[in-house]
Amino acid sequence: MAVDQETFVQLKDAISRFVRERLVPNEDRIENEDDIPAEILREMREIGLYGLSIPEEYGGIGLSMSQEAEIVFELGQTSLAFRSAVGTNIGIGSQGIVIDGTEEQKKYWLPKLAEGMTASFALTEPEVGSDAASVKTVAVRDGDDYLITGTKRYITNAVRAGVFTVMARSEPDKKGADGISSFIVPADTPGITLGKIDKKMGQRGTKTCDVIFDKCRVPASSIIGGKPGMGFRTAMKVLDRGRLHISALSCGMAERLIRDALAYAADRKQFGAPIVSFQLVQAMLADSRTEAMAAWALVRDSARKFDAREPTSMEAACCKLFATEMVGRVADRAVQIHGGAGYMAEYKVERFYRDVRLLRIYEGTTQIQQIVIARNMLKQLQG
Amino acid sequence: MKVLVAVKRVVDYNVKVRVKADGTGVDLANVKMSMNPFDEIGVEEAVRLKEAGKATEVIVVSIGPAQAQETLRTALAMGADRGILIKTDAEVQPLAVAKLLKAVCDAEQPGLVITGKQAIDDDSNQTGQMLAALWGRPQATFANKLFIEGDKAKVVREIDGGLQTVEIDLPAVLTTDLRLNEPRYASLPNIMKAKKKPIDEKTPESLGVDIASRLKVLKVAEPPKRVAGVKVPDVATLVQKLKTEAGVI
Ligand SMILES: Cc1cc2nc3c(=O)[nH]c(=O)nc-3n(C[C@H](O)[C@H](O)[C@H](O)COP(=O)(O)OP(=O)(O)OC[C@H]3O[C@@H](n4cnc5c(N)ncnc54)[C@H](O)[C@@H]3O)c2cc1C
Repeated sequence: MAVDQETFVQLKDAISRFVRERLVPNEDRIENEDDIPAEILREMREIGLYGLSIPEEYGGIGLSMSQEAEIVFELGQTSLAFRSAVGTNIGIGSQGIVIDGTEEQKKYWLPKLAEGMTASFALTEPEVGSDAASVKTVAVRDGDDYLITGTKRYITNAVRAGVFTVMARSEPDKKGADGISSFIVPADTPGITLGKIDKKMGQRGTKTCDVIFDKCRVPASSIIGGKPGMGFRTAMKVLDRGRLHISALSCGMAERLIRDALAYAADRKQFGAPIVSFQLVQAMLADSRTEAMAAWALVRDSARKFDAREPTSMEAACCKLFATEMVGRVADRAVQIHGGAGYMAEYKVERFYRDVRLLRIYEGTTQIQQIVIARNMLKQLQG
Repeated sequence: MKVLVAVKRVVDYNVKVRVKADGTGVDLANVKMSMNPFDEIGVEEAVRLKEAGKATEVIVVSIGPAQAQETLRTALAMGADRGILIKTDAEVQPLAVAKLLKAVCDAEQPGLVITGKQAIDDDSNQTGQMLAALWGRPQATFANKLFIEGDKAKVVREIDGGLQTVEIDLPAVLTTDLRLNEPRYASLPNIMKAKKKPIDEKTPESLGVDIASRLKVLKVAEPPKRVAGVKVPDVATLVQKLKTEAGVI
C-alpha cells in the first residue's frame, strides 16, 4: 500500500500548508481552552487527516508506513493535541481492523473511520498497564453475543469516539495473551459510561478518560478477524506500526523545538552578543540537531523495512526508544536555551516540553521497548 | 457556462527569493513552487460558481514547463473538472500568455475567463487586460465580488479609495483581487480523485502562437538594504537634516 510519489508530494504539501496556516496559529487557543474547537476538528476531517492509513479501497488515502512517517513528521510541527485527535484513527484505533479485520468489518467500519468517525483503542486498565497481556476486562459469551465488563483507563479520544476497539478476556480458561479478543464496540452501545476527563501534565486539548463497560452487549461477529483469542496478537501488530508513528512524531516535534530554539538564540542578546554566538549554546543546538537527524534516519530506515514486509518488531522498539528519549532531551535543551523565558507559558517550548513527556510513556514505555529489544536480541542469539 | 481559469506556477509565497549573482533573474534552483495565490482565488471562485449551479464546467489552463502539471493537479483537487497544459520551457511574457489564452478561448468558448490580477513573480498585471482586448470581450479587473445574472455579470472592483460596481456582458474576462474569496484547502481525498481527471497537453506551436519575447530584461537587483536610522533631539535638527542631508526640502 502506497500512494504514487507525485500525488504524495501534493498530499504532503497540502498538509504542511494546513498545519502552518490553520493549526500553528491556533496552538494558543487549544492550550487556553483545553480543547480543540469543533470547527478545527471539522476542517481536519474535511482535509482527510483521519483516513491517512486506511487503504484507498475503503475510502482512505492508503499511505505506506514511510509516507505516514513523513506526514506525521509534519503534524509534529505543531501542538501534539492536533495529532492526538486524529492519531487514534491513523494508528491504534483503526489499524486492528485494517490488519486483522474480516472483509465485512473492513467494508463496514473503515470508510466511516476514514471520513472522520473517531476510533479509540481501549487496552490499558487501572491494574493493567505495561503488562498488557494481563487484561482483566471480561467478555462473557451469551448465546450469539458477548457481554463486556470492565474498566479501561486513560483512553485517548474516548469522549470523541464513535467506536472503540476493546481488548477483553473472552477465553476464561486461557491465561495471559491467548485469552484476549479484540472487539469492535460502537460508542453508543448500552452499558458504556465515561469517567471524568483526566487532568494531565501536557497535551492540553487531548482528551483521555476512563471508559467503563457494564455488561455491554456485542455480537460475536464484532471480534476483530472473527476468531476469539487473537486480540493480543492484533494489538501487538497495531503497536508495531504505532511505535513507528510515535517515533516519526517525535522527530517532527524535535524539528520544531530546534527551529524555535535556534530562532530564539539568534535573537536573544547577552554580554553584547546574540547567545547563539556562544559555543556552549552552539553545543546544545548541535547535539539536538545531530540526535534529531539520527532518529529520523532510523525511523525512515525502519519504515522502509516495514513497507518491505521485513520483520520490524525490534526496529520499531529501537525507534520508539531512541526517538522519544531524543525529543525529551531536545525539548530540555530548547527550554535551557530560552533561559527563564523557556519556563514561561508565553513561549511555546514550555508547552512542548510538557507535551513530549508523554511520548516516552504510552504505546509502551521506554523500559518496555528495552525489554522488547533485548528479547529480540536473545532470540537472535539462540537462533 | 464554461469557466476557464488561468493558473501559473510561481515561487511559493513563503520563499525568500535571491537574485542570481549575474543579475539575470531570480535563483530558482531547489526553490519550492506553488500556484500563484491570485489564481487560487480564481479557481475557488470558479468552483463556487459550479457549486452554485452557475457554471457547468471549470477548465484550468497553465502555461509553462512539464511541472506546471502539478499546479493543474492542485486546481483539479480544489474542484476544477479538467486541465489544459500548454507546455513550453521558454520564457512566456504577458502578451504571449494572453495570445495563448485567446487561442484556448477560441477552442473552448468559455462564458467567463478568470485570471489573477497579477502573478507574484513578475507582478505584471497585464494578462487579463490583454486577453480581453485580443478576444474583443469586456473585462472587470481587481474583482472583489462577482454576481452572475443571466448573460451579464455584476462585478465589484477594488479601485483607489473604494469600490466600484460595474456590469459587463458575458463572455468576459475577470481578474481577481485578494479579497474576492478565501480559497479552500485541497483535501486529501480530492487530491486522490484529481489523479483521474484529464489534463490535455498542447504546445504554443500546436496552437499557432508565436511566443517570442517582446521585452528584454536588462537587470534584476535586490531591493536596497534598509540602513539604520538616527534619532534627532528636536524639530529644528530634523528640519536641518531634511534640508542638508536628505535634500528633500
Ligand atoms: C495521555 C495518555 C493517553 C493514553 N492513551 C491510551 C489509549 O488511548 N489506549 C490505551 O489502551 N492506553 C492508553 N494510555 C495508557 C498507556 O499506554 C500506559 O500508561 C502505558 O502503557 C504504561 O502503563 P502504566 O501507566 O500502567 O504504567 P506501569 O505499567 O505501571 O509502569 C510504571 C513504571 O514501571 C515500569 N515497568 C513496568 N513494567 C516493567 C518491567 N517489566 N520492567 C521494567 N520496568 C517496568 C514502566 O516502564 C514505568 O516506568 C494512555 C496513557 C496516557 C498517559
